Amino acid sequence: MHLHLVDRYRAGTSIAHRLDPRVKILLVLTYILGLTLAPPGAWVSYAAFFGLALAAAAFSGLGLTFAVRRSYVAIPFILAAAALPFTVPGPTVLTLPVLGWAVSGPGLVRFVSIAVRTWLAVQAAVLLTATTTFPDLLWALGALKVPSALVSVVGLMYRYLFLAGDEALRMMRARQARAAALPGARRPPVWWRGQVAGRMIGSLFLRAIERSERVYGAMLARGYDGQSRSLIHFQMSARDWAALGAGLLLAAGCLGLQGVA
Amino acid sequence: MMTAPAPLHIPDGFLSPAVAALGWMLAIIFVSLGIRHTGRQLGDRMIPMMGVLAAFIFAAQAVNFPVAAGTSGHMIGAALAAIVLGPWASLLVLTVVVGTQALLFQDGGLIALGSNIVNMGALAAFSGYAAYRAVVRLAGDHRAARLGGAFAAAWVSVEAGAIATSIELALSGTTDINLALPAMASVHALIGIGEGLLTAGALTILMASRPEVLLHAEHAPGRRQAVFALGGLALVLFLALAAPLASVSPDGLMAVARDQGFDGVTRALWSGPAANYLMPGVDDPAWSTIAAVAIGSLVVFGVAIGVGRLSRRSRATG
Repeated sequence: MHLHLVDRYRAGTSIAHRLDPRVKILLVLTYILGLTLAPPGAWVSYAAFFGLALAAAAFSGLGLTFAVRRSYVAIPFILAAAALPFTVPGPTVLTLPVLGWAVSGPGLVRFVSIAVRTWLAVQAAVLLTATTTFPDLLWALGALKVPSALVSVVGLMYRYLFLAGDEALRMMRARQARAAALPGARRPPVWWRGQVAGRMIGSLFLRAIERSERVYGAMLARGYDGQSRSLIHFQMSARDWAALGAGLLLAAGCLGLQGVA
Repeated sequence: MMTAPAPLHIPDGFLSPAVAALGWMLAIIFVSLGIRHTGRQLGDRMIPMMGVLAAFIFAAQAVNFPVAAGTSGHMIGAALAAIVLGPWASLLVLTVVVGTQALLFQDGGLIALGSNIVNMGALAAFSGYAAYRAVVRLAGDHRAARLGGAFAAAWVSVEAGAIATSIELALSGTTDINLALPAMASVHALIGIGEGLLTAGALTILMASRPEVLLHAEHAPGRRQAVFALGGLALVLFLALAAPLASVSPDGLMAVARDQGFDGVTRALWSGPAANYLMPGVDDPAWSTIAAVAIGSLVVFGVAIGVGRLSRRSRATG
């Protein structure tokens, strides 16, 4: 099942939790940008970036292994790069025992580099969502000049996300309850099953459209004038500025370390 | 068709800085155009409608159906959104979905988000919309043509996203185009069939109970601009593939060339006549895949239009 609608926020009062969400977003983006700019095989930089991730995990109070444990989500995609050790030309470092495929040195370096960068980037994003509530995150995106219409749509979507997910699950439970079959009877063909699922989606869609009309009516009834307003407001404290400065310097340092080493 | 989402959400670390920057640039242009067109289309209604429908896309992706041997298919939803909402509004809905998947669920990267918005938002929405409208226009506006159009739109939108993803990965030196493009295109040709069944099934319900909902998209503002944008994106991808980086990750090949003392020869080849790269022959897997996908799209279109015409004729005579 593709429904992984679980709120990723972990309540807490750590330093990372109390940081201005704008600072957290900027630091995570800088971190991932730094990883993107680090060339393949920059092992010293990667190690330093991993150190930064561990430090951030320590500041989050969620435990050092928290982000590592949640970083499995990117694993399936790493397959997309799995052919690199065999396709990038270069000196052969080893040959696969059974298949007899030659693994090239530069290809292996590039593949491992991509895997490490992805693994580290996911950890940073995991820590961001684990220490920041979604409304705070949205406020910060708006404050960082993401178009307000987009931010409002995301906020509204978030309110109905879990409702819509539950509706889909109820509908699937109903399908299962009614889909009786005689033992040994042939299953209906795939195209028929696909059509049934499609009709379920169609009726979910109709309910969504009708709900959006009701929601719009309710918003108008409460004085909606096209503007979204929020009570959330953060002010940059001295600590926020310090964290921002230190984070940017450290990320640049991690990137530069490879040149020094 | 697998339970796991097909690998289209590119994570961070897979794209080169240049490709990621290009993706963000295009995404910003498309999203700001999308906000403008959708604001004209829906007015104050835009925010609640887009929000609830984005939540719907998440929910629809949870509805699965058993395919075979323990695997199940589920919907991606771009084509359905494009058919019902029009190109720009569905681009916005999909941008919100893809952005939330990246921000909240780490499904796809943040630096890679621009490219993901282009692949799964812009390309999928525009190609799905264009395919649906083309079939309905050529086969006549009635039930069978609409269902055929929905199937074709879903298939084309899935293939377009998959091809764009593999070209971007190859440009970044993350994968070999001659492996990635055929693999992605063939896997997604199957996923596209599932998407087509689901989209057509969803459309039968919409046509039966609320046909007026389908009228939105027919008069959506910016329709022509969406088709131009689609053409532009296709041209960019074509040029990227036709550029010298097509067959192997470039720096790797250049390095080998230097090692072997072929540098001058390769340089001459790189800067040589475009024919070298535009007509690499049938045995070049990336290009033959593109040809196969183009032929496949034509077949899907042809069948959809044919079914639409035939059913209208049989209704007229019978």
